[in-house]
Amino acid sequence: MTITKPAASGPLSENCVGTSEIRRVNLDNPTLSTTTLRHIPTRSTKFAMADIDVKLASWKLVEVGRLVLIRRGPFAGKLAAIVEIVDHRRVLVDGPSGEEQKIVPRHVLPLAHATLTHFVIPQLPRAAGTGPVKKLWAKNEIDGKWAKSGFAQKTDRTERRKNLTDFERFKVLRLRKQARYEVQKSYAKVKAAAAKS
Amino acid sequence: MSDGQTKQFGKGQRLVPAQKAQKWYPVDDESQPKKVRKTIRPAKVRETLQPGTILILLAGRFRGKRVVLLKHLDQGVLLVTGPFKINGVPLRRVNARYVIATSKRIDISGVDAKTVEKVSTPDYFTKEKKAEKKSEEAFFKQGEKPEKKKVASARAADQKAVDQSILSSVKKEEFLSSYLATTFSLRNGDKPHEMKW
Repeated sequence: MTITKPAASGPLSENCVGTSEIRRVNLDNPTLSTTTLRHIPTRSTKFAMADIDVKLASWKLVEVGRLVLIRRGPFAGKLAAIVEIVDHRRVLVDGPSGEEQKIVPRHVLPLAHATLTHFVIPQLPRAAGTGPVKKLWAKNEIDGKWAKSGFAQKTDRTERRKNLTDFERFKVLRLRKQARYEVQKSYAKVKAAAAKS
Repeated sequence: MSDGQTKQFGKGQRLVPAQKAQKWYPVDDESQPKKVRKTIRPAKVRETLQPGTILILLAGRFRGKRVVLLKHLDQGVLLVTGPFKINGVPLRRVNARYVIATSKRIDISGVDAKTVEKVSTPDYFTKEKKAEKKSEEAFFKQGEKPEKKKVASARAADQKAVDQSILSSVKKEEFLSSYLATTFSLRNGDKPHEMKW
């Protein structure tokens, strides 16, 4: 498979690296994940054949500037930006994060070990060095954006919960019980009021 | 064998040993017992077991209870207290092996050192011998109820003296009293080897 960028093979597959990317699971629209892009059953085609409203699906593409979450290897759980695409299964990544323990050194990463995220560093020059990547990383506030994302918050929470001491676990148990009690109390009130009227 | 006596036999003389050499010797070699190279060393105490630590008892009548560590006795034996008022665990000796040390510590500097010293003497916990032995007659008296076990008032006083300051420091922190009152147990999916204590 040759990689020429931009691969102008069609209006829909613009900037797309290969058909393997097209089959990537789309979280927004899971029905799209099993079909190739050529056979997307869009809603408009179903009802009105006359005016076909073709929308660009919000694919997460393997592209320069795309942030990936590393899932395996020594940098598992860290974020890095794609700097260059090596071939259809490997990319060059660089993660010059502002935080010391989250830095990912520049290296070639198999795409099978990565998960694409929604975040992209726009207009990242191809094969940019660590310095420029770091500058753009800071400019786009990638660290902050990632920390706010649902995934990051969830993992933070599980990590925190995992490291609770015995006494802290007990306190969580008690506080959750208290919160539940309050919720149920107000719910009972609403229920009783609704039954009367 | 130099001792013996020289006897005259005709012209010559020879030495007759006082003790004759044995005519027979055992077929098997006598095995020599091995030298014991073990020595009794003072038990090494885990670093987490500092006085004031809250422990989880794992064995015995009070298993699952959370108690306060008071002092190390000889050979890996720990002196613990409930406090008695909170969870019903009296001043008690416990094997350090059958204990989980949590990271929670409470201040026990106010504990009456004199009573702790008295309690930690070797024969404090030994049972007093009964003055009168049960006679055969008493055994056959079926109808009568057996005498109830009485708690020695001196023991109760010691318990109170030790627990007093612990109780006051426990009261200062929220949830700590109820934490000590509840027993520890594993639920579904709990992995004790992965937990932080």
